[in-house]
Amino acid sequence: MLERNDLRSRHRWLRFPIRSRMKSAPRSRAGVRAGASPAAEPRWLVPFVLGCLFLLCLLPLFSLAKAGFAGLVSGRSIGVLTEPATFAAIRNTLITATGGMVVSVVIGALFAFSVALTDVRGKLALSFAFMLPMMIPPQVTALAWVEMTGPASPLLKTLGLAPPLGSPQPLYSLMGISLLLGVQHAPLVFLALKAGLSASPRDGVEAARLSGATPFRVFCDIVAPLSLPGLIAGAAIAFVSGVGNFGIPAILGIPAGIEVLPTLIYTRLASFGAGTFGEIALLSSLIAVIAAAGLLLQQRALAGRDYRIIGLSGGNAAFSLGRFRPFVELVLVAILFLVLVAPLAALVASSLVPAYGVPLNWQTVSLRAYEEILIRQAMTLKALGNSVFLATSAAFGLLAVAVPAAYLMTRRKGWLANTLGILVEIPYALPGIVLAVAFILTFAAPLPVLNVSLYGTIWIILIAYFSSFLAVSLKPVMSAFLQMDPSLEEAARLAGAGFLRRMRDVILPLVAPAAGAAIILVFLIAANELTVSALLWSAGTQTLGVAIFNLDDSGSSDLAAALSVLVVVMVVLLMAALEALANYLPKGVLPWRN
Amino acid sequence: MAQLILNHLSKDFGGGRPAVSDVSLKVRPGGFLALLGPSGCGKTTVLRMIAGFERPSDGSIDFGERRLSDASLALPPERRNMAMVFQSYALWPHMTVAENVGYPLKVRGISGSAWQRSVADALALVKLTDYADRRPAALSGGQRQRVALARCLVTSPDVVLLDEPLANLDQHLRKSMEETFRIFHERSGATMIYVTHDQAEAMALATDVAVMHEGRLMQMAPPAEIYARPEGAVVGGLIGRGAVLKLAVPDGAPRGLEWPALREALSGVGGADTQPLRDVLVRPEHVRRDGEGMALRVMSCVFEGERFALTLALPDGQALKAYGDSAIGPGDTARFVVSQGWRL
Repeated sequence: MLERNDLRSRHRWLRFPIRSRMKSAPRSRAGVRAGASPAAEPRWLVPFVLGCLFLLCLLPLFSLAKAGFAGLVSGRSIGVLTEPATFAAIRNTLITATGGMVVSVVIGALFAFSVALTDVRGKLALSFAFMLPMMIPPQVTALAWVEMTGPASPLLKTLGLAPPLGSPQPLYSLMGISLLLGVQHAPLVFLALKAGLSASPRDGVEAARLSGATPFRVFCDIVAPLSLPGLIAGAAIAFVSGVGNFGIPAILGIPAGIEVLPTLIYTRLASFGAGTFGEIALLSSLIAVIAAAGLLLQQRALAGRDYRIIGLSGGNAAFSLGRFRPFVELVLVAILFLVLVAPLAALVASSLVPAYGVPLNWQTVSLRAYEEILIRQAMTLKALGNSVFLATSAAFGLLAVAVPAAYLMTRRKGWLANTLGILVEIPYALPGIVLAVAFILTFAAPLPVLNVSLYGTIWIILIAYFSSFLAVSLKPVMSAFLQMDPSLEEAARLAGAGFLRRMRDVILPLVAPAAGAAIILVFLIAANELTVSALLWSAGTQTLGVAIFNLDDSGSSDLAAALSVLVVVMVVLLMAALEALANYLPKGVLPWRN
Repeated sequence: MAQLILNHLSKDFGGGRPAVSDVSLKVRPGGFLALLGPSGCGKTTVLRMIAGFERPSDGSIDFGERRLSDASLALPPERRNMAMVFQSYALWPHMTVAENVGYPLKVRGISGSAWQRSVADALALVKLTDYADRRPAALSGGQRQRVALARCLVTSPDVVLLDEPLANLDQHLRKSMEETFRIFHERSGATMIYVTHDQAEAMALATDVAVMHEGRLMQMAPPAEIYARPEGAVVGGLIGRGAVLKLAVPDGAPRGLEWPALREALSGVGGADTQPLRDVLVRPEHVRRDGEGMALRVMSCVFEGERFALTLALPDGQALKAYGDSAIGPGDTARFVVSQGWRL
């Protein structure tokens, strides 16, 4: 039905080392500045923020640990750890995540080096287009590729290249899952590497050139070592995202009987039994362990490779490609065509055919699928309404937590900032499917005192979204606070303005653009979310992601394609809205910009 | 007008040496105190404690009868009736110049024509009347500085704090801003605390100069006094461009040394066994070429425009600074008289 952890992987680029950032802040003056001011904020602020973060970050983890432990102790769920299906899922998870990581590193590194270091033309457009696969929901990516490559592909049929009907779909395999995970997560490597390449500033490269090194030597001796940490970090993020991805293996693996850990959790939950809670808790713990192992490996590999920029760095280095430039540009465009244009074209084509397997031409083109989902099917409209409600509530509601939390984390230092930093990292470090399981376990029982159960209502999805996307909302706001001169607030204090007054008059106007970006980003990701809602939805609370997944599952691939096309249009429009805001945003909020 | 009193003020951020330790001073009412010292000496931390952005680890700050802060109590900055010019100016980029200047009034509930009049007066004083509707981003560095100053002016604060306000301006603008500060001080009658690492600025503006070093207050005195009679090698080395020499000076000698005594000490440098060595400050303007003087070798000679700056070597190798009207080649020897020295 649904895929959910894709969402997590898609916003993994937002990962930001809050704690290391606090520590690495320039010590002398910033250290003094961050000192606690007498009565800088009202007394309720710290308990409010701590309470929210406890509920969103720590409580689900407790429930997960409790259920897993209970499952082990009671013995009802321990069998899941020794089943052959579990072993197969672990093996498949490792294979697809590793394969996906390799594909991501190859494509991501090619784009990052070309865009960050050379003089190829149209860098902003290339970056924007290359980021799109990450923002498009994974289930839509998977559908588009299936439409592109299958025997029924309207695109291939139209071109006369389609394999005969009845031949196997090549993507329904471990290779296919790996390839699509690679495509989906290549932007993560791209972003990590591009950030790392800012450590090879132009003056460093120029100094090496003046020392007598040829461009090739400079690349080997200066650029490559400096970019290695970014490459390692990107590879690790791609691996962890692959481990937690649900959408791609759900669409490609389930029809072929290939289970990975996230889809195994999903099928276990669907066939609900006595030991299910303990089983899914244990299975999600397995995912968490594999993800943690990947991150630990990354830390080992990164040890001793902390190359900070020393002194002022000019612009990024630029290598002139000379007569190879058109060739490199052609390769980049060809890759974009293959991973972006062609699948989306296939998706559009599939949404326009009147019936499965009919070739697309001017006689057969039809908008019937759109008419069906937009007018006739109450289910898709309900899903659209649910998704818009959930995404809007999450986007605006999270600001109420993100702004005070970012304020405290940048203005205070010591245990409070450290505690907040750790709390925020918890839901972020966990793959989304693990988080969804944790929320099922937290809210399966009726709430104490109120005696109402959130399970099965739309509210459990909303709370899970709050937890899932807290970091997405926090990052732009945090950047705005970090880049804001603290003396702006201090000047307002000396002018006589109390906390709420200077919040209203000085701080909120200054973080408003970043808050706007946070709203759009959360909305963008939440509206397409599948992994969380796949596990948490029930009749009447399906989301857009669930609707696409269910349409495809029930064989209505044309309707699924049409809905997917609408989703892609929405993604592109929202990204364009962010791009329009770009000049008002703090640096680093928009991933496709330098 | 009340007096600002710092009483055994200390601040420890928990990183080894305290940022400020045991600083006690009184600023005369309506005075202009310059806090002078190298970067990292704790002067900005003192300023921020006076403003209320930092709480002292020990000691207290009083304004007249009113306790502003000590280790357990701190009046929040918004209730101290102080104003500050920040090094970065801290102008709010989303407000116009007039809104920036008038914000303290707005917070105090003043609006309408009273607000208009006060803001116009403040802007007129810093000659920015024509810029009232611009945003800070559209102003030059010096203009932003003056907006920040006008914002301090508008509410008649008890204390005005200035945190290296000229650090980001070029040499020419600094001179004219110094003049503006002086006028501002005369008009407002407020107590002013001025943090700087530039001794020329401190000397030119302040009624009192307090020298800080490694978190401690070394000396506080009027500018002329601190220049003529510095206490200790740190202050002596920091104020002016003098050389601190180790000379054998007799026990009973006065602190201000004249040429005969200095001649004896300078030439007797070799035979220091009988007398303990003491720090003696010799300012370059007191070293002049004179046929009567003692022969010293010139180590370097740098042309500075209005004069030549010379570095001379004493017989035992200590370096002495002097000014000269004409160039002397390095390695040459010339005769010099040292008319004054000050035992630190």
